[in-house]
Amino acid sequence: MRLYTAVVASSFRRYATYRAATAAGVFTNTVFGFIVAYTYIALWDQRPHLGGYDLAQAMTFVWLGQALLAASALMGGGFQEEFQERIRSGDVAVDLYRPVDLQLWWLAGDVGRAIFQLLGRGIVPMIFGALVFDLALPASPLTWLCFLLAVALGILVSFALRYLVALTAFWLLDGAGANMISVVLSLFFSGMILPLNVFPGALGETANALPWAAILQVPADVLLGEHQGAGLVGAFAFQVGWAIALLAAGRLLQSAATRKVVVQGG
Amino acid sequence: MAANDAAFIELDAVEKVFTVRRRAGWMRRERHEVRAVDGISFQVPRGEVVGYIGPNGAGKSTTIKMLTGILVPSGGRLRVAGIDPSKERTRLARRMGVVFGQRTTLWWDLPLRDSYALVRRMYRIPDDRYRHNLERCVELLDLAELLEVPVRQLSLGQRMRGDIAAALLHDPDVLYLDEPTIGLDVISKVKVREFLREVNTEQNTTVLLTTHDLTDIEQLCQRVMVIDHGRVMYDGSLAGLHAVGESERTLVVDLERELPPIEGVPGARTVRVDGARQWLAFPAAASAAPIVAAVAAAYPLVDLSVREPDIEDVIAKMYAERSG
Ligand SMILES: Nc1ncnc2c1ncn2[C@@H]1O[C@H](COP(=O)(O)OP(=O)(O)OP(=O)(O)O)[C@@H](O)[C@H]1O
Ligand SMILES: [Mg+2]
Repeated sequence: MRLYTAVVASSFRRYATYRAATAAGVFTNTVFGFIVAYTYIALWDQRPHLGGYDLAQAMTFVWLGQALLAASALMGGGFQEEFQERIRSGDVAVDLYRPVDLQLWWLAGDVGRAIFQLLGRGIVPMIFGALVFDLALPASPLTWLCFLLAVALGILVSFALRYLVALTAFWLLDGAGANMISVVLSLFFSGMILPLNVFPGALGETANALPWAAILQVPADVLLGEHQGAGLVGAFAFQVGWAIALLAAGRLLQSAATRKVVVQGG
Repeated sequence: MAANDAAFIELDAVEKVFTVRRRAGWMRRERHEVRAVDGISFQVPRGEVVGYIGPNGAGKSTTIKMLTGILVPSGGRLRVAGIDPSKERTRLARRMGVVFGQRTTLWWDLPLRDSYALVRRMYRIPDDRYRHNLERCVELLDLAELLEVPVRQLSLGQRMRGDIAAALLHDPDVLYLDEPTIGLDVISKVKVREFLREVNTEQNTTVLLTTHDLTDIEQLCQRVMVIDHGRVMYDGSLAGLHAVGESERTLVVDLERELPPIEGVPGARTVRVDGARQWLAFPAAASAAPIVAAVAAAYPLVDLSVREPDIEDVIAKMYAERSG
């Protein structure tokens, strides 16, 4: 266990050294936040209470999305490209002869990255948003705690999904295609483009049942207080269920990959 | 345990077949089999240092990958310390050290010291062992000035020394080195060899190493195996290999002036003349001293040097011998 804590810490430090990238990211998130916020304002002006959110809730959703974009790796990034590159070049051989669990190893690295990006890229855009717009932030510390738990579980689901995508490189060698598909799916089905509850009927129901909902929609609804009591427990169970299922799928695929597929290069 | 010692590493008719797709004309792809390892059998007792050599594409790295458990053999039986590596990779991992010359185990963005700290956690190395081993590596591999440098700023040779240290911090029972001296300068090579020799004698570490540098073999290995096309072509001592391959060393002499080819030196023949410089070939197993003495007695000698035979030449001659 101490190994994996050490990996979390060293990954955190590593991302902390990329100062320019962090500053550029904060800037982009903030600018994007404004653009999306004004788009939503126009939309909510036409259709107040769209998807059951009032304007303040919609604004909160926008800025939360920007704050979590990097930490939850909604646009990919993080360990994924690095892992795929190691598979393609054959450097994954080094990871395989170590006495470590491959999935836990990359998870630990991704957790370190996510913690850094939550702090480094999440807080500033959120403060900007709160200063300029009227946000529906909860007063109760308990709600904030529940929200943090939902974010953590969301990151776990996001990791499990990206781990599956990354493993395809064992067969495809080039991960670019799979990554692109994964980004499109995750942007839409997480609620990043529009909150999932604005979609009517079967589309909305399906989107809310898919794992990407656990990454943004669920944490947002926890923060907005949409889930209470048994509903809150249900929301966490939804996240935990997907995390377990996807991590298990990752393990299966990983053992198939290392058994059947060849490590590249001399 | 003792029963394992005579056959610490054990291969019995091990095979690895890769299936590759090749383009065969327009749009058509053909499946094609590469027999990278084609029925290799050998045993290595505990504590032996074995040189595993052969031309490019012979199957050396593929064998090492199977020994480390990251490739599953297509056929045959393979055991290290009684364990099937691909079935119990993680269990064996704690007992082996691996260096792939062209890859690194170190973390690109971290200083060498932080990489070692991770290795320590990974292998759960006790504090006193870790301190002792790190100290020894730092001293013998000359790493003191590199510990705080991020790995991406190290030169190839510095990184390689860093990697060798990383592979030995956990006192492995067996060490696989795939071209460990690639990219090292002469001084570093000497250091690395001395270090490996010391580890082997002190800790009875079993070592299997591939190299294209015959000096590595000469200075480290009690036993040499020559591999080609996935088969063992020779297994024995280095002297025996020279005998089989009829390999020759070369004495290069610079004379005071241009002279006709040197004659009348017993055990040597002149193979080349270029101005005042001449090349004399003599059996690799023979001593150079009497030949130098004979030349010096009869010719105006200015300077001289001795060249070792190339592994590739030795192997090439061995083949010529077999097929001829
Ligand atoms: N992943 C792979 N897919 C297909 N063929 C492979 C693969 N890896 C190795 N081979 C083939 O197997 C053979 C043996 O390769 P190997 O890397 O073991 O050679 P080697 O003895 O280490 O050579 P070198 O001295 O160049 O390092 C080669 O013909 C190579 O083309
Ligand atoms: Mg090789």
